[in-house]
Amino acid sequence: MALLRQVRHWWRELSGEAVYDRYAAHARAHGQVPKSRREFERERMDAREADPREGFRCC
Amino acid sequence: MPEPATTDTARPERKMTPKSIVIWTLVALVGATGWGVLALSRGEEISAAWLLAAALGSYAIAYRFYSKFIANRVLKVDKKRATPAERLDNGVDFHPTDRRVLFGHHFAAVAGAGPLVGPVLAAQMGYLPGTIWIVAGVIFAGAVQDMVVLFFSTRRDGRSLGQMARDEIGPFGGAAALIAVFVIMIILLAVLALVIVNALAHSPWGVFSIAMTIPIALFMGVYLRILRPGRVTEVSVIGVALLLFAIVSGRWVAESSWAEAFTLAPSSLVIWMVVYGFLASVLPVWMLLAPRDYLSTFMKVGTIVLLALGVVVALPTLKMDSVTDFATNGQGPVFSGSMFPFVFITIACGALSGFHALVSSGTTPKMVQKETQVRLIGYGSMLTESFVAIMAVICACILEPGLYFAINSPAGALGPTLESASEFVKGIGFAITPEQLAKAAEEVGEQTVVAKTGGAPTFAFGMSEIFSAVVGGAGMKAFWYHFAIMFEALFILTTVDAGTRVGRFMLQDTLGNVWKPLRDVSWKPGVWLASAVVVGGWGYFLWVGVHDPLGGINQLFPLFGIANQLLAAVALAVCTTLLIKSGRLKWAWVTGIPLLWDAAVTLTASWQKVFSDDPKVGFFAQRDVYQKALDSGAESFGTAKNRDAMETIVTNSTVDGVLCAIFAILILVVLADATRVCVKAIRNPGSAEIKEAPYVESKIVAPAGLWPTAEEKAELAAAAAVAGGGSSGDGSSGDGDGTSGGTPVAAGKS
Repeated sequence: MALLRQVRHWWRELSGEAVYDRYAAHARAHGQVPKSRREFERERMDAREADPREGFRCC
Repeated sequence: MPEPATTDTARPERKMTPKSIVIWTLVALVGATGWGVLALSRGEEISAAWLLAAALGSYAIAYRFYSKFIANRVLKVDKKRATPAERLDNGVDFHPTDRRVLFGHHFAAVAGAGPLVGPVLAAQMGYLPGTIWIVAGVIFAGAVQDMVVLFFSTRRDGRSLGQMARDEIGPFGGAAALIAVFVIMIILLAVLALVIVNALAHSPWGVFSIAMTIPIALFMGVYLRILRPGRVTEVSVIGVALLLFAIVSGRWVAESSWAEAFTLAPSSLVIWMVVYGFLASVLPVWMLLAPRDYLSTFMKVGTIVLLALGVVVALPTLKMDSVTDFATNGQGPVFSGSMFPFVFITIACGALSGFHALVSSGTTPKMVQKETQVRLIGYGSMLTESFVAIMAVICACILEPGLYFAINSPAGALGPTLESASEFVKGIGFAITPEQLAKAAEEVGEQTVVAKTGGAPTFAFGMSEIFSAVVGGAGMKAFWYHFAIMFEALFILTTVDAGTRVGRFMLQDTLGNVWKPLRDVSWKPGVWLASAVVVGGWGYFLWVGVHDPLGGINQLFPLFGIANQLLAAVALAVCTTLLIKSGRLKWAWVTGIPLLWDAAVTLTASWQKVFSDDPKVGFFAQRDVYQKALDSGAESFGTAKNRDAMETIVTNSTVDGVLCAIFAILILVVLADATRVCVKAIRNPGSAEIKEAPYVESKIVAPAGLWPTAEEKAELAAAAAVAGGGSSGDGSSGDGDGTSGGTPVAAGKS
C-alpha cells in the first residue's frame, strides 16, 4: 500500500495533476479560500493563452 | 565586481574515500574501454553496447566531477540563498518543486525531435564523428550552457534569455538576440514540419493515425475543460489507449478501400499542415494544444524509456562504418559539406541546443527549490537528452548502410524506381538490391522507403528493428515503425502549434511598438493577422523544401542547425558576459571556450554556405551554376529535370544564402556587443553592475543531488526535529529518504 501511495504521489506530481492541490494548500496556508478546481484550471489555461512562452517545449 | 566569496556549499572537498575511488576508477575504465573499442575497430561490426559504455561512462565522470566543479567553484551555488520559488511562492508559477519532479518536467520540456533527427542525418559520416561530438559536446558545451543559464536566470527571478541579454549586454545586442530567436523559430518550424511531411507522404497508415490524434485531442480537451477539470491521469489513460488504437487501425485503413483517401502527395500534405498550423494556433489553448501536449509528453517519455530498455536488452550490432568517406570529402548525399563544421551543425540539439536556453530561463528557474539543484536539473537533464541522441545514432547505424542511404538520399538523386535507387546507392559505394528495398517497405507496411528523408523514417525503422527483436518478432515490425512515426509526428505537431503561438506573440509584441492595438493578445484580428504571418513564414520554407529538386532536407537542415547553434552562441555569450561582470573572470573559460568553438563552427558553416565555390555546399555558387545553365538555354541540369525546376533552385538558393548571411551578421552583432561589455568590465571591474535579485536567507532544507548525502540527511533530520516531530505532512509519507517535497521545511515555514 505504501508503495502504491508513493507511485500515486510521484505520478500526480510529474503529470501535473497535483498542481491544484498545491495551489489550494498554499491558499489555505495563507488564510484564503481557494478557487474551485474548475475555475483554477480555467485561469491557468487563460494565462497560457495570454503568454504562450510559458510552458514552451523544445525542438 | 569582486569575485563572489566561496560559499558554505563549496567548501574545499573532503578527500574521496577509498571506496569511491575504486568505484569511479571502474566507471572511468568502462568508459575508456568503450571508446577504445569504438576507435580501434576497423571494418568489423561491433556491438552497440560499446557505444553505450563509452557514452554512459563519460556522462557519469562528467556529472560527478566537471558539473560539481562548475557548481561549486565557478557558480558558487549557495544552499543558504533563497531561490525565487521560495521568495515569491504563489503556489502557481513560483513554487519550490521537488528536484526529482522538476528534473522530469525540465527534461520533458527540453527533449524533442531535434536529437532524434540530427544524429540520424549525421550518421552518413559513420557513427564515430557523431558519437564523439554528442558526448564531448554535451559535457563541455550543451549541459554547461543549460546549467549556467538556469543558474543566472534563477538568480534573476526567472528572467528570460532575451531580457538577460538586454539587461546585461545592452539594447542593441538584446534586439539582435530577439530578431535571431524569431527567425530561428520560423526555420525550426519549417524543418520540423518538413520531417513530418516526408515521413507521411504516400503513407495512408501514417496519415490516418496522425489525423486521428486531432479528434482524440479535442475529446481530451473537452474532458479537461468541461467534464472533469484537471483530471490529467484519467484523460491521459483514455487518450493513450485511443492513440494506440489509432496506430493499430491505421493498418486496416491502409489495407482497405479508404487507403486512397489517406494517400497524400507531399504538396497536399504541405497545404494540410499550413491549414492545421493556422487553425491550431488560433483555437483556444485548451482545445488542442494542452491535451496534445499531455499526449505527446507521455508518448515521448514512454518511448524514450522503452527505447533505452530495448537497446540494452537487444544490444544490436552496428552495421555502418565507423567513419565513412563522406566525412572527409564532403560529398555525402544526405547533406553536403565535410565533417568540420557540418557534423556539429547537423547534430545540433543532441549536443548543444540554443533552444534549451529558452526553457532554462523560462518556467524551470521559477520552480527551483535550492540553488544547489541547478546541477541535477540543468546539467543532468541535458546529459539525458544527449543519451537520447546516442540512441538515435544507434537506430540509424544498425541498419544496412545501403538501406540507410536509400532512405535518406534526395528523391532527385535516387530516381523514380527501386532499380534506379539501388543503382545510385551502388554508385556511392554501398549496396542494396531492389528486392531488399521492396522487402524493407513491405515489412513496415509502407509503399516505399526510398527517399523518405528527414531522419524520422530512418529512426522509426531502426527502432522497429530493436523493438521487434525484443517483443513480437518480425510480425510486429510494422506496428513499431508506425508507433515511432506517430510518436515523432505527435510532438512535432505540438511544437508547430506552440512555436507558431510563440512566434505570433513575439511578432505582436514587436509590432505593438509601432501600432498599439497589435500588442493586445485578445484582439482577434491582430491574433489572426500575426498567426497568418508566422504560418506563412514557415509554410513558405516548407513548400520550398518539399519542391526543392536538390532535396529539402539537404538544403534546409544546415540552415536549421546554423540557426540553433547561433542561438546557443547568444546564450553562451550572455553566460560569459555574466561570469565576467560578476567578477568570475578567471572562470570565464567555462562558457567562453564553448562559445569560441560554437562561434567558429557556426561562422565557418555560414561562410561556406555563402561563399563556397562548391555548388554542392555554397548557396550562391549553386545559384550561379543553375543561372548559367538557364542562360545557356539548357532544358535540364543536374537533378533539375526542366527549366521550372532550375528556376526554383535559383530562387531557393538565393533565399537560403541571404538567410545564412543574416544569421551570421546577427551573431556577429551579439558577439561584438558582448565583447564591448566584457572589455569594459575587465578594464574597470568597479563599473560592472549586475542585476541580481538581493540575497535572502533560505529556510528550506533540501538535498542537492538525486540522493541525499549523509550530511544532507543529518540536516534534514535536524530541520524535521525543529519543525516538530518530523512529520512531513504533504501526503507523501513513506518516501524513503524523508525529503519529499523538501518538506521539513514547508512545515517549518508555517
